[in-house]
Amino acid sequence: MSSELRYTANTQLEHLHARYTGTGHADLSKYDWLTHQHRDTLASIVGHPTLTSYLAIADGEAIGRVKFEMTERMLQPCGPPPRKDED
Amino acid sequence: MHLYNLTLQPPTAATQAVVGNFSGARQQEIIVSHGTRLELLRPDVQTGKVSTVIATDVFGSIRSLAAFRLTGGTKDYAIVGSDSGRIVILDYDPKTSSFVKLHQETFGKSGARRIVPGQYLATDPKGRSVMIAAMEKAKLVYILNRDAAANLTISSPLEAHKNAAIIHHIVGLDVGFENPMFAALEVDYSESDQDPTGEAFNNAEKMLTYYELDLGLNHVVRKWSEPTDPRANLLVQVPGGQLASSDRYDGPSGVLVCCEDHIIYRHMDVPQHRVPIPRRKHPLEDPNRGLIIVAAVMHKMKGAFFFLLQSEDGDLYKVTIEHEEEEVKALKIKYFDTVPVATSLCILKSGFLFVASEFGNHFLYQFQKLGDDDDEPEYSSTDYPSFGMADPRTPLPHAYFRPRPLDNLVVADEIESLDPILDSKVLNVLPNSDAPQIFAACGRGARSTFRTLRHGLEVEESVSSDLPGIPNAVWTTKRREDDPYDAYIILSFVNGTLVLSIGETIEEVQDTGFLSSAPTLAVQQIGADALLQVHPHGIRHVLADRRVNEWRVPEGKSIVAATTNKRQVVVALSSAELVYFELDLDGQLNEYQDRKAMGSTVLALSIGEVPEGRQRTPYLAVGCEDQTVRIISLDPESTLETISLQALTAPPSAICIADMLDASINKSQPTMFVNIGLQNGVLLRTVLDPINGQLTDTRTRFLGTRPIRLIRVQIQRNPAILALSSRSWLNYTHQNLMHFTPLIFENFDYAWSFSAELSPEGLIGIAGSTLRIFQIPKLGTKLKQDSIPLSYTPRKFITHPANHYFYLIEGDHRVMSEEAAKKRLDELRRQGKTVDEVVSLPPEVFGRPKAPAGTWASCIRIIDPIEAKTLALFPLEDNEAAFSLAVVPFAARGGELHLVVGTAADTFISPRSCSSGYLRTYRFTDDGAGLELVHKTETDDVPLALMAFQGRLVAGVGKALRIYDIGKKKLLRKVENKTFATGIVSLATQGSRILVGDMQESVSFAVYKPPENRLLVFADDTQSRWISSMTMVDYNTVAAGDRFGNIFVNRLDPKVSEQVDDDPTGAGILHEKGMLMGAPHKTKMLTHIHVGDIVTAIHKVSLVAGGREVLLYTGLHGTIGVLVPFVSKEDVDFISTLEQHMRTEQSSLVGRDQLSWRGYYVPVKAIVDGDLCETYARLPGSKQSSIAGELDRTIGEVLKKLEQLRVTSSGF
Repeated sequence: MSSELRYTANTQLEHLHARYTGTGHADLSKYDWLTHQHRDTLASIVGHPTLTSYLAIADGEAIGRVKFEMTERMLQPCGPPPRKDED
Repeated sequence: MHLYNLTLQPPTAATQAVVGNFSGARQQEIIVSHGTRLELLRPDVQTGKVSTVIATDVFGSIRSLAAFRLTGGTKDYAIVGSDSGRIVILDYDPKTSSFVKLHQETFGKSGARRIVPGQYLATDPKGRSVMIAAMEKAKLVYILNRDAAANLTISSPLEAHKNAAIIHHIVGLDVGFENPMFAALEVDYSESDQDPTGEAFNNAEKMLTYYELDLGLNHVVRKWSEPTDPRANLLVQVPGGQLASSDRYDGPSGVLVCCEDHIIYRHMDVPQHRVPIPRRKHPLEDPNRGLIIVAAVMHKMKGAFFFLLQSEDGDLYKVTIEHEEEEVKALKIKYFDTVPVATSLCILKSGFLFVASEFGNHFLYQFQKLGDDDDEPEYSSTDYPSFGMADPRTPLPHAYFRPRPLDNLVVADEIESLDPILDSKVLNVLPNSDAPQIFAACGRGARSTFRTLRHGLEVEESVSSDLPGIPNAVWTTKRREDDPYDAYIILSFVNGTLVLSIGETIEEVQDTGFLSSAPTLAVQQIGADALLQVHPHGIRHVLADRRVNEWRVPEGKSIVAATTNKRQVVVALSSAELVYFELDLDGQLNEYQDRKAMGSTVLALSIGEVPEGRQRTPYLAVGCEDQTVRIISLDPESTLETISLQALTAPPSAICIADMLDASINKSQPTMFVNIGLQNGVLLRTVLDPINGQLTDTRTRFLGTRPIRLIRVQIQRNPAILALSSRSWLNYTHQNLMHFTPLIFENFDYAWSFSAELSPEGLIGIAGSTLRIFQIPKLGTKLKQDSIPLSYTPRKFITHPANHYFYLIEGDHRVMSEEAAKKRLDELRRQGKTVDEVVSLPPEVFGRPKAPAGTWASCIRIIDPIEAKTLALFPLEDNEAAFSLAVVPFAARGGELHLVVGTAADTFISPRSCSSGYLRTYRFTDDGAGLELVHKTETDDVPLALMAFQGRLVAGVGKALRIYDIGKKKLLRKVENKTFATGIVSLATQGSRILVGDMQESVSFAVYKPPENRLLVFADDTQSRWISSMTMVDYNTVAAGDRFGNIFVNRLDPKVSEQVDDDPTGAGILHEKGMLMGAPHKTKMLTHIHVGDIVTAIHKVSLVAGGREVLLYTGLHGTIGVLVPFVSKEDVDFISTLEQHMRTEQSSLVGRDQLSWRGYYVPVKAIVDGDLCETYARLPGSKQSSIAGELDRTIGEVLKKLEQLRVTSSGF
């Protein structure tokens, strides 16, 4: 791959990633992937009224509380990111 | 296999509600979103009753709803955010009584996605713009305006995106006529995603950000962004802006930020005010538990405004802001009242509060007062240093209130809602019923109910009195044409007639001019002020001055049938002749010169009412013994000429002509229906062509075993028909469509309309020797509900094979059992703490105090559905909760029935864990009315599914499938299979086959091989499904529902099935190689559809006596639907083609593509969407005929086919 092509391909990809949050790429780490998955799932649960009702009944909480806790959890659904190895 | 999916009872859960003047009249209405359905409710300001104006399926999932009004307008529009990737503006058109899509703007992909807007909506209070936001990043702003022709216009979207920001809530600020501004509650995750130490996460700030729409520059700018409380969850608009007429400010503008335990008033560059959310002072309450606001409403009155905020416990708080011009002086909060926890609150200008409950029935309350001058403690921000913001990071000291019964509100109306249905059964246990009932375990927490649902209209009896003999018929009549109410009740006996007058009391009268020595055939108020009685030997015309003109039947003959209206009388003589009379302009009854010989004995006659502005109705229907019905002209040009003839399958017993509105046939005018009741209990409904008098579009329906009687009555000022057979039915028009529903009441021998001051719209009926006066209060409802209150959330229930009792288990998470609560209180008392009467608040109103996770309250209940009462209640102790149950005839005890209840102690939901699971074995006592614990068997996980199997018990204990047999001290584990992925939630069996539904991995087929005592899984599904419920359709077929609202049917290859059954030891299966990391064989998916509600139970039942079996399912949000198998290939082709046409003609109200909605997760397969097909009746006539043309049918034939599919399968 010529350096020029790599340059343009990267900018396009970066642009797409910036536009579509949650899109994966070849170098995606397990942590990032999992975090995206969890955020997508949490957003989907909040977005489907039947699922929020279902969870609220199971957990004995109000629907509003379930939605709030799900949204809060989107901040960091899988704990802090792993430490990068010094190399 | 091809199925037809039909919703019998649409979802009743309210996910959101908005108030506005949607019809443009001065009256306020409420639009409620039921998740997949929009309903317009109109509260009657006088009576305080709520009625449904219109309800429509939207074929999409509604996620947000907002009302807005253009500046200076008088009509509100509704904006809908859904999973369609589109914003839709709806207008309610009162003329056609329908929602009209004014604008539909596409902005993204469909589906409830993280960055596609639709989750949040906020409108500018002046109606100039709307913001629609996603869960993360995306926010779009549309400008709303009018064009020159005063039509609503919408701009292209302006982006207000912020990357890596999770959006908690958005709201439109009230800034008067300055540039529209929106506030958003956002958290940025980019830093915490990068910081491995977790410090950034701990310091993540929740930002309150203002976005300003610059109308001049046509773009959106981030105006202001400041951190606020990290546990903020909701924003509420505070009024602001200057009045146009004066310089006075409406309010300070800004927002209320509702946080955990606090409410903060916040605005750009002004001091904040913070108050604590008062909490209940309950001794069992955990003081560290946070309290959040889940619903809020702001109400503006003349020169003032207030807020009602609702906490997650259901307590309403009144919040007020003291301000001088734009400067806030104080923020005050106090307890208002307690109502069910709501998803939305709506305040109407007429002084009502609509509470769309998150679970259970919805309520309309009326304000008695606004809590202004009570001694409820009020907490003000001025009581705290720096208005409560001295140290924003530390909470303010707790504020308390004492919950009490309603003081400021009174209940005006209650709207029944099945939501949530957690389990159901369909069977016929009630005596005198030929159709099965649906039993549903509904509700959540202390407001739970066990409901019996019966198909039919509810009847409210007001009077019931015994008569001296058994009358044959009953009529009521007015004295004069313009009387508002009826004056007489006429009862006909075998040998006489009794006349009762209606006044203060109902008493017999003599001098009415009616002949009392003979039975009566017909009674009519005729002309302006005369009465008419037809008896077997003549007709008496009683004039206003009590003079009687009598027409006598020729010697040797008698009258056998008669029909009358205000101007015409037709009688049939025993000689098979018809005699026709008409009232002339002098009020004189004249006989037509000729009599018409029919050639066969006349059994029934009917003429319609005189159309308004006409002299007569032109058609007479005559039913003869030779099994024909003839339409005879009464037109002066061709009097008594036969126009048309229809042959019947049995002799008619009654005929009734009625003009009724049915929008599927004619949208603007009533259609003339000829209803013919046969002696064999079949009703034919035909349409009489007003031009040529032909009978067309015949529909048949079986009503009961007795000959039918038909009576034309008035229901809510519209004509309706009562059809009496072994059940009573009412045929009426509701929301412009015709309905045919049984009455849930005693069978009548005869009935008539009844109108008196106390019951202006009643009916009167005779059953045996009893006279009953009754009303039908709720037209349009198809299911009558009777409920029994429960203590906790019902989980599952089962029937007993020998008696008719139900055994139900209930359990609530985060609730202390009564026993544990008592212990705790005793302990507190011992410690010398005062435990006051707050403890004794009724839990069904106030709920129970929240306990930490892992705390459970649970019980086993025995219900008698016939008496509708609880027979016995067995609370579980030691933090044990019941999750499953089964009635097992243990072979080792000679087939004696035992109830096995699967419980677990100290259960946590996620991740699932318990200190120990138990299988409690009970023996039945008192013929099943009591239980006696035999023993308790420990298990290592939560037993979520139990079932009887070949005289033993199969249990799904966590991931293990086990067979237990009964022992002296314990259940004995016989065999186990631990290959299941997540957790067994559902079991079914036939023969030695066991179907196992896994929480995440669909349905597996297992077989038990007794010779080797092996439990082997031999087939599973290719897709992983999160099973919520399932049932076996036949030996090889299973129908199941999953967590995402899908229903599907899987079938095993019969060859595999045979092969497995032929293998005696199961060695073959044991050594077969697994396929795709699972069982060696795979089931094939036959059909699939997305119904949009989580299916909690599926049953294979027949809903009509002698009808085909259908799959009936109940959904969490209160849906009840059926899947009907098609009988022929032609039907499949016909209905599928119709569905295709409907897809193009009837576009979804939220802009979702119907096909992609029904194929949300998996493409629709071999299921026709009946709900879509049924909207054919509501299409405009031109579209109806073009579709019918494409199908080579007439409109009537298409409608008939749809009705037939519905009626023969469900009876609805």
